[in-house]
Amino acid sequence: MNIVVCLKQVPDTNEVKIDQKTGTLIREGVPSIINPDDKNALEEALRLKDSNGAHVTIVSMGPPQAQIALREALAMGADEAILVSDRAFAGSDTLATSNTLAATIRQLDYDVIFAGRQAIDGDTAQVGPEIAELLGLPQITYVEKVEVINSGLKVRKAWEDGYEDIEVKTPVLLTAIKELNEPRYMNIKNIFGMYQEKEIKTWNADDIEADKTVLGLNGSPTKVKKSMTKEPKGQGELIQLPPKEAAQFVISKLKENHFI
Amino acid sequence: MSIADYKGVWVFAEQRDGELQKIALELLGEGRRIADKLGVELTALLLGDKTDNMVKELVAFGADKVIVADHPLLGHFTTDGYAKVICELANERKPEVIFIGASYLGRDLGPRVSARLSTGLVADCTSLDVDEENNNLLMTRPAFGGNLMATIVCGDHRPQMATVRPGVFEKLTRDANRSCPIEKVTLNLTDDDIRTNTLEVVKVAQVLADIADANIIVSGGRGVGAKENFAILETLATSLGGVVGGSRAAVENGWVDKSLQVGQTGKTVRPNVYIACGISGAIQHLAGMQESDFIIAINKDPSAPIMKVANLAIAGDYSKVIPEMIAQIEAIKENNLI
Repeated sequence: MNIVVCLKQVPDTNEVKIDQKTGTLIREGVPSIINPDDKNALEEALRLKDSNGAHVTIVSMGPPQAQIALREALAMGADEAILVSDRAFAGSDTLATSNTLAATIRQLDYDVIFAGRQAIDGDTAQVGPEIAELLGLPQITYVEKVEVINSGLKVRKAWEDGYEDIEVKTPVLLTAIKELNEPRYMNIKNIFGMYQEKEIKTWNADDIEADKTVLGLNGSPTKVKKSMTKEPKGQGELIQLPPKEAAQFVISKLKENHFI
Repeated sequence: MSIADYKGVWVFAEQRDGELQKIALELLGEGRRIADKLGVELTALLLGDKTDNMVKELVAFGADKVIVADHPLLGHFTTDGYAKVICELANERKPEVIFIGASYLGRDLGPRVSARLSTGLVADCTSLDVDEENNNLLMTRPAFGGNLMATIVCGDHRPQMATVRPGVFEKLTRDANRSCPIEKVTLNLTDDDIRTNTLEVVKVAQVLADIADANIIVSGGRGVGAKENFAILETLATSLGGVVGGSRAAVENGWVDKSLQVGQTGKTVRPNVYIACGISGAIQHLAGMQESDFIIAINKDPSAPIMKVANLAIAGDYSKVIPEMIAQIEAIKENNLI
């Protein structure tokens, strides 16, 4: 079985810096990690490899420093890692990102594609389904359990109020949530092996043979018009009102902030 | 593609196994406002099986038109079935705006549809508006765990698509006397279009395993005074969909279980809303909750340390304020019932 895992390196912080000119995030100087949901996706791929045998390829779009995340993925047990990196990808929205990753995956053999449900720096949950669409694959999102069966996979999808068991043939794209598994640590043997045998391939826009008009800022239908940071929490308001009025005030604030 | 060819606002009326979801009505409420600003028609798009009763609700809650795709294969949601029907309709009818709820269903369906239509999709919007200069939709969403708000446009592509966070927008008042055209579309949908096979759907009552996972915590301290007084905190927590917690004093007095203790020796929590009742705010307690998004403190002593970290510091008696809060929340809920 060939498994492709889509993985994103994300900043491990709530500290946001914005490029005032472009309205996009500045990633330099912020510590980075593998996006948590993507780590669950990778873990599940590795479990399928352990139990059924599989070749696990990591695909990531990002700047050169995203290599570190790919090294960690290799040390966890992935067989191969491809970093798709090119200035042409800068400013990509989710569709342009999905075009890039879909074009990359077209160069590979795959039965199952795993992605994390969403990345903590964007929270859109769009790239997985968009890749599935661009590759013409069925998708199952919010996956919390995967089982290999004769006809393909039996997958448990989470809903707000329960779950659904679904049977699907491969090839298929699945998006992982944290309930799926507990990611393993890097393996010492793999850490050594990673430096000796495993090498991270870096592909650019030419290598993935994609239509350049669908990549990067120009290939992005959505554009950030304006962004603002949340106001810092200052001294709160002191309310000295009779109980009924005080309660009214609190409820209006809860509504205003969409907590109720 | 000519942008001028695209007209009208569509809202996807989410139903799950025959039950119209609240988000469908919220989208109609906000869709109504946007459609009026643009001076165009508001269409509710309903996919399902045996949909007649649901159609009536969509009319009563503000649609100018309802497009109904009624088919046995659409009763239960499938990505393939729903995406096919919606994309075919959108390609044919060319709406300028499509709103979908940012629910599990909508976040599965939305990107599938937008990618097939080669357009943009803005996820999880909490505010929508129209740019008066060019009639583009302004879609605002939180990013980076809510630390950043971004307003996004999709100027050169149509339809402009957004998923919208449930609970943010208000539905209109139900008007059973409203009427509007209802169009049932003919579908060419077969089993072969749907590549997933649902084996079983199970509903599970939500069990909260850990206070640290709660979105809303109503916490009590020494000032609550007795175990039985926690009942009112419990009621408030339930009506807000949250849980009860306690300070170290409350745990040591045996008023709440140790597993519910917030603070340095208990759990560190950062819920959306933390309501502290009768808690003075020892530094060990503050360490466990001051990262909460929105803190409400109710304390008789306006100079208590908890009042300094609170967004709303209410100088008063929790046993008088909380019953008022409960009554008002229940009143809101009643008005919101479908």
